Amino acid sequence: MIHPIPPGTRDVLPDEMRELRRLHLALIEVFERYGYGEVRTPTIEYDEVLARGDGRAAGSAYRFFDEQGDLLALRSDMTIPIARMVASGHIRIEPPHRLCYVAPAYRAVRPQRGQMREFTQGGVELIGAPAPEGTAEVVEVLEAALDAAGLTRAVIGLGDADLYRQLLAELGVEGEDREAALRLLETHDIVGLERFLGGLPGVSASDAETLVSLSQLRGGEEVLAKARELGGSAVERAGARIEETFAALAARGAADRVQIDLGLLRDLGYYSGAILEVYDPALGHVLGGGGRYDGLMSRFGTDLPAAGFSLYLERVHVAQMEEERLSGPDASPGPDGGGS
Amino acid sequence: MQAGVSGIGRAKTGGPLKLAVPRGALFQGTAELLERAGIEVGDLRGDSRALIFDGGSVELVTMRPSDVPTYVEAGAADVGITGKDVLLEQSDRLAYELLDLGYGECRMVLAGRRGDRSLDEEERRLGAMRIATKYPRVAERHFESTGRQAEVIEVKGSVELAPLVGLADGIVDLVASGRTLAENDLEVREEIAVCTARFVANRVAHKLRAAEVDELTARLREARRR
Repeated sequence: MIHPIPPGTRDVLPDEMRELRRLHLALIEVFERYGYGEVRTPTIEYDEVLARGDGRAAGSAYRFFDEQGDLLALRSDMTIPIARMVASGHIRIEPPHRLCYVAPAYRAVRPQRGQMREFTQGGVELIGAPAPEGTAEVVEVLEAALDAAGLTRAVIGLGDADLYRQLLAELGVEGEDREAALRLLETHDIVGLERFLGGLPGVSASDAETLVSLSQLRGGEEVLAKARELGGSAVERAGARIEETFAALAARGAADRVQIDLGLLRDLGYYSGAILEVYDPALGHVLGGGGRYDGLMSRFGTDLPAAGFSLYLERVHVAQMEEERLSGPDASPGPDGGGS
Repeated sequence: MQAGVSGIGRAKTGGPLKLAVPRGALFQGTAELLERAGIEVGDLRGDSRALIFDGGSVELVTMRPSDVPTYVEAGAADVGITGKDVLLEQSDRLAYELLDLGYGECRMVLAGRRGDRSLDEEERRLGAMRIATKYPRVAERHFESTGRQAEVIEVKGSVELAPLVGLADGIVDLVASGRTLAENDLEVREEIAVCTARFVANRVAHKLRAAEVDELTARLREARRR
């Protein structure tokens, strides 16, 4: 007899569980090596507390009342609960705080898309270390984590969350228009963006073209020089921030796998400054991401600069399998899983 | 609201870029554009039942236009061509829209029976219009954004039939010449959007195969102008 489970959730059986566990342990081992201690926070929190962390998104997809009539919610990531925890002052040591996790999070799904409501995130939070060194440390840990997972071909995109907010302000695009333009940039609807900017009275054709070309710049360090040719003080400032981060990464020998990407925008409201995204050539989806969220802690009453990343564990697992399949001489690994 | 985390999409390998080519109404325009862009389209144009063709610098993967966003989002195709109508209806699919290719121009419209006042009557007396369409999300968004209520009925075949037999009072559909509407005694009431063919890219391919995607985008932009 079949008793259904909600769409977007699933049972994990021993063969898969064994591999997920191995991946989980490999990540934690790397994080601990860099001095990050593993933490756990409640799966359910007060909705009000989670909403405080992310002013723009609607917060959790799953909310319910407890027996007291309080509104609870399932977390949609670990960054906000950890920010909440650190601000609450449980940790009786001086910052910077180095914390890590491998834990489930919950998001809304669209029907028939193979999306998961419940998924596992593994990542770190570095709270109390400013840019660029703090960012560079986080990227270095991320690279070590990808290596430990066997994803040596994975690439990290590095962008700047404030670039377009500032650039649009500089062009006199404010309020609703700016939000609309940012949404188009976020979904990378370049045709829509060209049209939208073209229809704004204050934005000249050349300014619009600059903004669109900027969003297409991605690659090595040469990208920054190209961006500067396009001009503007917002570009100058964001370029300088990225350059600093890149230099700090190079000093750690961790810049090789980083692709500068001026078209990068993450859909979470709390990012500021550097933003990160992780790709592997074996997978059509993003493996994870992160960045700086220097303003987030102050929403919980503690003003500390912070940065972090998280990887989607199940996707990393899929990428691992694909990489093994592509690189291995034997195209079909046996039931033991095969590969390293 | 943050979107759920998708676990599908794992069909990426090396080799030339995979370009999703739409069969159907956009096929001729697409083949002509690709030819002008220096892509080999001889086999594609032939009467082979094959689905995948060697285009020289790219691999051509043929499919229904409405499947293009699905394949591109998952990375099973790196880039693709499809109509804006499809992208509007599947706006939750993540595909970077890089270029308006200009051909295949159609209008997404709200149409009703010629001279018939039942659309307005229904709205006035019943508070909502009954609308049949193959584009339920486009229709819902249109009525929502114009502050009206509509009962949207999804149909798969000839939408023009619906108002003729009383399933609905109006339709939201894609119109090229307007002949089908005229022949069925329907007329355009409102224009919702102008739709042309668009060039789209998978998010990861756009990052990791940046040079190839940019080069192809530039070639298509050039070819479009000719």
